[in-house]
Amino acid sequence: MKKILSRPESLKDNQMHYCPGCGHGIIHRLVAEAIDELGVREKTIAVAPVGCAVFAYDYFNFDTTEAPHGRPPAVATGIKRTNPDKFVFTYQGDGDISAIGMSETIHAANRGENITIIFVNNANYGMTGGQMAPTTLIGQVTETTPFGRDPKREGYPIHLCELLSSLTATTYLERVSIYNPKNIINAKRAIKKAFQYQIEGKGFSLIEVISNCPVDWGMTPLDSIKWVEEKFIEEFKLGLIKDKTEQI
Amino acid sequence: MATIKINSDKCKGCSLCVNACPKQCISFSKQFNKTGYHWAVLEKENDCIGCGFCYQVCPDVCIEVYR
Ligand SMILES: Cc1ncc(C[n+]2csc(CCOP(=O)(O)OP(=O)(O)O)c2C)c(N)n1
Ligand code: SF4
Repeated sequence: MKKILSRPESLKDNQMHYCPGCGHGIIHRLVAEAIDELGVREKTIAVAPVGCAVFAYDYFNFDTTEAPHGRPPAVATGIKRTNPDKFVFTYQGDGDISAIGMSETIHAANRGENITIIFVNNANYGMTGGQMAPTTLIGQVTETTPFGRDPKREGYPIHLCELLSSLTATTYLERVSIYNPKNIINAKRAIKKAFQYQIEGKGFSLIEVISNCPVDWGMTPLDSIKWVEEKFIEEFKLGLIKDKTEQI
Repeated sequence: MATIKINSDKCKGCSLCVNACPKQCISFSKQFNKTGYHWAVLEKENDCIGCGFCYQVCPDVCIEVYR
């Protein structure tokens, strides 16, 4: 028998601190596998967010820096512009990217920076204990919306991919998920494609991964992936949002 | 012939692999590991087909697949 599947080289052999069943670990692996397959590990510089993925540098086996909350796209812009031969991506949660960091996100996208963003949407602020995020669903109970998110008070869930798709400079935007093996394999395809686009100098890509946060959602891991399938992706439809290279 | 190896130290007992296995061959240990979880074990050794679904869903990357 041959070993056919095992930990990718781009992922260190460290125990991850994520809660049991949390999608962050799966998404870390997909990113690491894509980087291995593209052979860019030695020239990769990742930018970690503030959020549960703040310790990404302990897990990724390539250079990783840490940005202030919401600022990874600005930090990545600086790294990529001064080191255009490096492979640069950010890894961000929904609070990081679409609340405190919305401005940095929109302007990096609008400038068409040749970077890749891996955006992990888990419908709340995970690290700080499950407060409402811009992506929280209508009616969803969080620490700061104990009676459910009310659009009259808190507005509606922000669909970041759709928002960015209106900007001329964005190249590739796709929404994927990780609630079963089929979707996980599809998520890897999208991540790898986005990385490939950066290598080919095609400009700004963002992959939104619809993930889970079992502990802050107050669910078992199994109930959380069921909620993703039944509720979360009803609001956040999966699929290709924009691929400029296909339009030309 | 196919099998999996599960890292009992890293497993957090989340049960996603137990749920994903199309042959229902994974279950939990009776003992606790050093972080306090019942880890996943390949119980029906002869039923594993090496499809890798457990590897795909494992958030802690603690499964290796052999075929
Ligand atoms: C400037 C600043 N404001 C607020 C915080 C507190 N804080 C830490 S993590 C976080 C939210 C993270 O949520 P998200 O980006 O959705 O990532 P997740 O933890 O869910 O993966 C906040 C508000 C901070 N660290 N720095
Ligand atoms: S709080 Fe949520 S996002 Fe953070 S590690 Fe736990 S399950 Fe994952």
